[in-house]
Amino acid sequence: MSDALVIDARDLHKTYGTRKVVDGLTLAVTPGQICGFLGANGSGKTTTIRMLCGLVKPDSGGGTCLGMDILTDAQKIRLQIGYMTQRFSFYDDLTVTENLEFVAEVYGMANPKQAVAGILERMGLRDRADQLAGELSGGWKQRLALAACVLHKPKLLLLDEPTSGVDAKARREFWDLIHDMAGEGLTVLVSTHYMDEAARCSRIVYLSEGKLVVQGTPDEVVQASKLITFVATGANLDATAVKLRTMPGVESAAVFGAQMHIAGMNRAALEQARASPVGAALTWHEVPPVLEDVFIHLLSDSKP
Amino acid sequence: MNSFSFRRFRAVLHKEWLQIRRDYFTLRMIIMLPVLQLFLFGYAINTNPKHLPTGLITADHSQDERSLIAALQNTGYYDIIPLSSEAQGEQGLADGSLLFVVNIPPNFDRLVDRGEKPTILVDADATDPSAIGNATAALAGLSNVLDRDLPPNLRSQPAQAPFQVAVHARYNPEALTVLNIVPGLICIVLIFSTLFVTTLAITRETERGTMENLLAMPLRPAEVMLAKVVPYIVIGYVQVSIIMVIAVAVFGLPVRGSLLLVALALGLFITSNLLLGVTISTIARNQMQAIQMAMFMLLPSFMLSGFLFPFKGMPVWAQWIGQIFPVTHTLRIMRSVLLKGDGFMDVLPELWPIILFIAVIGVIAVRSYRETLD
Repeated sequence: MSDALVIDARDLHKTYGTRKVVDGLTLAVTPGQICGFLGANGSGKTTTIRMLCGLVKPDSGGGTCLGMDILTDAQKIRLQIGYMTQRFSFYDDLTVTENLEFVAEVYGMANPKQAVAGILERMGLRDRADQLAGELSGGWKQRLALAACVLHKPKLLLLDEPTSGVDAKARREFWDLIHDMAGEGLTVLVSTHYMDEAARCSRIVYLSEGKLVVQGTPDEVVQASKLITFVATGANLDATAVKLRTMPGVESAAVFGAQMHIAGMNRAALEQARASPVGAALTWHEVPPVLEDVFIHLLSDSKP
Repeated sequence: MNSFSFRRFRAVLHKEWLQIRRDYFTLRMIIMLPVLQLFLFGYAINTNPKHLPTGLITADHSQDERSLIAALQNTGYYDIIPLSSEAQGEQGLADGSLLFVVNIPPNFDRLVDRGEKPTILVDADATDPSAIGNATAALAGLSNVLDRDLPPNLRSQPAQAPFQVAVHARYNPEALTVLNIVPGLICIVLIFSTLFVTTLAITRETERGTMENLLAMPLRPAEVMLAKVVPYIVIGYVQVSIIMVIAVAVFGLPVRGSLLLVALALGLFITSNLLLGVTISTIARNQMQAIQMAMFMLLPSFMLSGFLFPFKGMPVWAQWIGQIFPVTHTLRIMRSVLLKGDGFMDVLPELWPIILFIAVIGVIAVRSYRETLD
């Protein structure tokens, strides 16, 4: 059983009106993995996650979640997964403890009080136990939501952009917790827009217009992109980047502090841009692309 | 997993209860509103108004005229305002400052003495027939007021009919509107405070974004529905107690029948409203829509239930529609138990339609609860 796939979805389709939100998506996730779900807004990430926990019925296709059919066993699946919605979805007018106790009771836990006390401790929420959820800051709200999702000890965690609008420190701590739990055998599917978060995933799945475009470890994804990246240093980088962006073959030109990255698929075209009057004034060297370059490349590819 | 779990129901119930308790504003509203409305409408609505402004045009002030005017005033319906001209009377009727103008012809007492049967003209503003109905009816009794002053040959002749009709205004001998209005008002006030609270129950979850989470949890529709209705049944009974105390203590509503029966009927009525509210809540996409749908249900409750207008006066098709609403039956039960002292068997024909409504709407409520986000 340990080698069986936690998520095994095949050929999922979902259409809203005339828009194909999910278009033939096949997804396989193995136990203990932290699978990063990436893609532009509207690429079908949320809909896919909702299909996996039975909140949205696929038009066609199907599969299993923890070995149970997502079309017929949604009620059973819900008992063993934790789903954290994109928008905070616990009760603002209940305290942290009351929210968690509600969840514990709904999942029929054997010892709700003890379970809640345990999770409060683990998530560092004990000092805020009696605070109303509505009074918590963004970071603490996310933590409460995560606590509520893992309270019933699910085997699979589905997180839909869990860290949007949360500061860097809270995000770091949040991911530390996720890694801790993955270490204990929890499987995680997490959607995100942050590159540093994508880099912390053991596997990345990139979606575009409801289709899977690329998947693999972050390194594999970078290599598979065959993207060529040059870094330049020198004066007037901002003005130069604007000009380079218009040249053929330059897919992106972006300034990071004292450096400028340009990227593209066509080496000859990039060399030409380097040699152009604006480019020649700078000092250039080639670097391996980073995840962010690859995603900008993928994002611009997906827009015709 | 697919059966009703009491524990999950209790969990949602506890959550709802905490939320209701923390929402001081709404809680105060649903307790205070019925009280306010009862006072407001209980005193304001009167279909048998008295002391109506009446203009009097008269040329001379004879003995007969004084008797007639005294009799008019003694009916309690007319407050006499002497006028100087007919034009003034016309003006008063037109601008609404007068509801009646009584025009006594010149030489009234001489014409009476001669036996010429003079005509007293009463102009009435009939734009609102119900406002002047009882006052006009009282005029009929005035024909013999002069009898004791007149010689026998001039007295009004006794009725030609071979029989007499005696009308007894039973259960409400003084025809006090308040006795008719208050039992109905209790029902109407309860619709306001019960239908609306659950109308927002599900849509609130949707709009606050908590619905997705609720759906993702292993909860069954019936568990959520019931947990959202039960707290308000308790609150509904608190409202009923307050309303009944005010109705009896302030408006002098008699309680001739069993209070237990009243409590049973009102309990069923509250439940039917709450379930209707939850159903609306599951169908509506947002709170605005939900409120509009609730308003749509409110109007027929007012108009077709027999609260504002006599039920028997409606065309048959309207009566059929009226019969669907629990308020129609509850209203009858309230009137018959409180005013007539009817017992359980008497009101049974009105009880079962409410129970049927609850059963049907309950099934619809659970069926229409969407378990997915599609």
